[in-house]
Amino acid sequence: MISCSINGIKVQAEEGSTILEVAQMYGIDIPTLCYHHDLTPYGACRLCMVEVDEGKRTKIVASCLYPVKEGLKTRTHTEKVIKGRKLILELLLARCPSSKVLQDLASKMGLEKIRFNMENDDCILCGLCVRMCAEQMGSGAVGFVGRGQRREVATPFHEASDICRNCGACMYICPAVNLQCRGVKHPGDLCNSCLVITPQCIEKYGQVTCTIESCGACVQKEKK
Amino acid sequence: MGKIKNKQTLEALQKSLLQQRDSNKPCVRVCVGTGCRARGSLNVLKSFEDEIKKQGLASKADIKQTGCHGFCEKGPVVVIGPEETFYSEVEPADVPEIVSETLMKGKIVDRLLYAEPVTGRKSVCEHDIPFYKKQTRRILLNNGKIDPTNIMDYITVGGYLALAKAVTEMSSEEVISIIEKSGLRGLGGAGFPTGRKWRSTRTAVGDPKFVVGNGDEGDPGAFSDRSLMEANPHSILEGMTIGAYAIGANSGFLYVRAEYPLALKHLQIAIEQSKEYGFLGDNILASGFSFNVDIARGGGAFVCGESSALVASIEGKMGEPRAKYIHTVEKGLWNKPTNLNNVKTWACVPLIIGNGVNWYSEIGTKESKGTAVFSLVGKINNTGLVEVSMGTPLKRIVYDIGGGILGNRRLKAVQTGGPSGGCIPEELLDLPVDFDELNKAGSMMGSGGMIVMDEYTCMVDVARYFLDFLQYESCGKCVPCREGIKRMLEITTNITKGQGTKEDVDLLQEMAETIRDFSLCGLGQTAPNTVLSTLRYFRKEYEAHVIEKRCPAGVCKALIQYTILKEKCTGCGACKALCPSQAIQGEPKKTHIIDLAKCVKCNTCRDVCKFEAVAVKQKVD
Repeated sequence: MISCSINGIKVQAEEGSTILEVAQMYGIDIPTLCYHHDLTPYGACRLCMVEVDEGKRTKIVASCLYPVKEGLKTRTHTEKVIKGRKLILELLLARCPSSKVLQDLASKMGLEKIRFNMENDDCILCGLCVRMCAEQMGSGAVGFVGRGQRREVATPFHEASDICRNCGACMYICPAVNLQCRGVKHPGDLCNSCLVITPQCIEKYGQVTCTIESCGACVQKEKK
Repeated sequence: MGKIKNKQTLEALQKSLLQQRDSNKPCVRVCVGTGCRARGSLNVLKSFEDEIKKQGLASKADIKQTGCHGFCEKGPVVVIGPEETFYSEVEPADVPEIVSETLMKGKIVDRLLYAEPVTGRKSVCEHDIPFYKKQTRRILLNNGKIDPTNIMDYITVGGYLALAKAVTEMSSEEVISIIEKSGLRGLGGAGFPTGRKWRSTRTAVGDPKFVVGNGDEGDPGAFSDRSLMEANPHSILEGMTIGAYAIGANSGFLYVRAEYPLALKHLQIAIEQSKEYGFLGDNILASGFSFNVDIARGGGAFVCGESSALVASIEGKMGEPRAKYIHTVEKGLWNKPTNLNNVKTWACVPLIIGNGVNWYSEIGTKESKGTAVFSLVGKINNTGLVEVSMGTPLKRIVYDIGGGILGNRRLKAVQTGGPSGGCIPEELLDLPVDFDELNKAGSMMGSGGMIVMDEYTCMVDVARYFLDFLQYESCGKCVPCREGIKRMLEITTNITKGQGTKEDVDLLQEMAETIRDFSLCGLGQTAPNTVLSTLRYFRKEYEAHVIEKRCPAGVCKALIQYTILKEKCTGCGACKALCPSQAIQGEPKKTHIIDLAKCVKCNTCRDVCKFEAVAVKQKVD
């Protein structure tokens, strides 16, 4: 066992575990997008960045990949880290404005404004589907194609894959495409509706039970 | 001749080669590096062969094709020994005269000599030319002297003696400690101590171990690795073999971009030849140590110069970096300990082993020893390859070696390190160039690109250019690099169009800092350097664009307009003839006028005007 500290709390961790795993075990919330506990950590979304002490200086590292070491001091919510996470989320939301996962994170982190030109993409290129298909389904039917701005998830040569079994695992694990935020009426809106703790629709319609997972659409409608 | 079995045989071979060579026999050395090739040096070479045959001199003069002499600006370069007469910009038509005058009579063809651009002073020999005189050539020393496709040439200049010394007389521990003591640092740009890296790889658990030579030079404007691979491939192989011996590796890879066909060809020939003589392969120099090198061709992705992406690419995977919290020296190629160094670093190794620690570390600064190689390009008189001792002031490189700024304009900034580096302003021209000083100034050594910019360069436009390069060369894996660079490019493009705001400049600063701190690999972490350094030193220029909607350098098309100055225009019509949009009107010998509605702002008229009569002014709506 290794002794180290997260946010000043002394924690015990097994050798070889990552900062994120330890933090999650101790109930410390670090936002993630490309991480899944059953898949190889990828370190691409950069939301789980934390600040660790390294000698005299501090260093910002990806907690999903950084192995804990004896005496390592980690801080998960420093000013620098939060500022950076917000900018990354802002960049992602400018790419995929109506992804519910991103909108929820925006509410949680208190993102106020998107300062970039809006696009209308669905995929955040987190690579969960790629790893799911290869590692859990043993198939590898989808992968990344191209680099830089041309990067996308696709089958080889964009043709229907021979090895895809239509199992749907990629869709199951996708954090971005499946759930769309219904509160976004115009690109660049930050919905924030899911933050309303008592949904107004219950008060208004009595016994009606909302079957959509706190979509907040009704609240938005009411405002207008 | 078969395999060489020991150091003594090699020394004897070198001695006999030196004896065979008649030092008084004229030798024509024609540069056939990529730069001179592009300017027709292969035709020059052929003309020499024909002419020498024709004049019956075949037995009296040698012809040798060499690699890059570094003075690419003046190619094709021909050097005639033993007097070392240096002719530049030689054309096939000049060859008969050179043969009959210089080779036969020892006379100098004056018009082919290099003349200094400012003073017009002519130099006869290579070492008299200021461009060469003020350099300290070590890594590039033999570039213009040997035929890269002939191993005998390399042996003549003492090649493979260091390898023989290392594998037959030294223990691997001794080799590592010599490299450590020499202070050699990674010349690929990051400057990590080479000896420490070797030791980590040696002590890392895992078998087999690998060594890799990084020849994936992808920065715009950098060509030093290419020149070295083309001109002296054996020096790289010798260094790698010594390194492999020290580390305990038996196989290695040379990763070279497919865009460098000549480098690939010469390296391949060098590998075959050194195997033939027993410097590579099984039981090297009968020492019991075996080492093999394979060439891996890169597909031209800039990111593959990054060590973990390069490793992935050799493994046949997508060239994508991974987090290096577990270093490549522990888990590199196929998760085995891997030592990766730039080709220039490898080429330094035989020099250090052969000449000793003191020889290497006597030049340089406290923390950076030896020499640095730069590809000097941009608005400078002497474009080419420059090797100087670490700590040489920037001013000396630009003015003494580079011969100053083209057209006697004012220097504005020097960009070093390619897309990963930053712009160093004129005020810091006394900066001693080494790893740490460049870092402090907000730039970096990078792969040795050095782009000189004059007063007609817009720094916002420079930042925009590098961001545009990077948006397609980022691998796209992590969000800050992929999305961040794209957005920074959008913002800088807007600023150059006069549509930027003050908030945009602050946002750029914020983004640049986050991308630097949050990106996954070296590419992303250094990608904002151009933006950060231009914001640091040229913030006023950004502000002029966003507040006054003015481009001080007169570059950003949306913010400028061209006019012809009445008092200077002679009506020569040169601009009118070349204007691609027929926007210039005027009678001969009378002042010409530009029709702004037709003008596409291509700058052709300004370039062509000999009287400086075309001026760029702030756009008036």
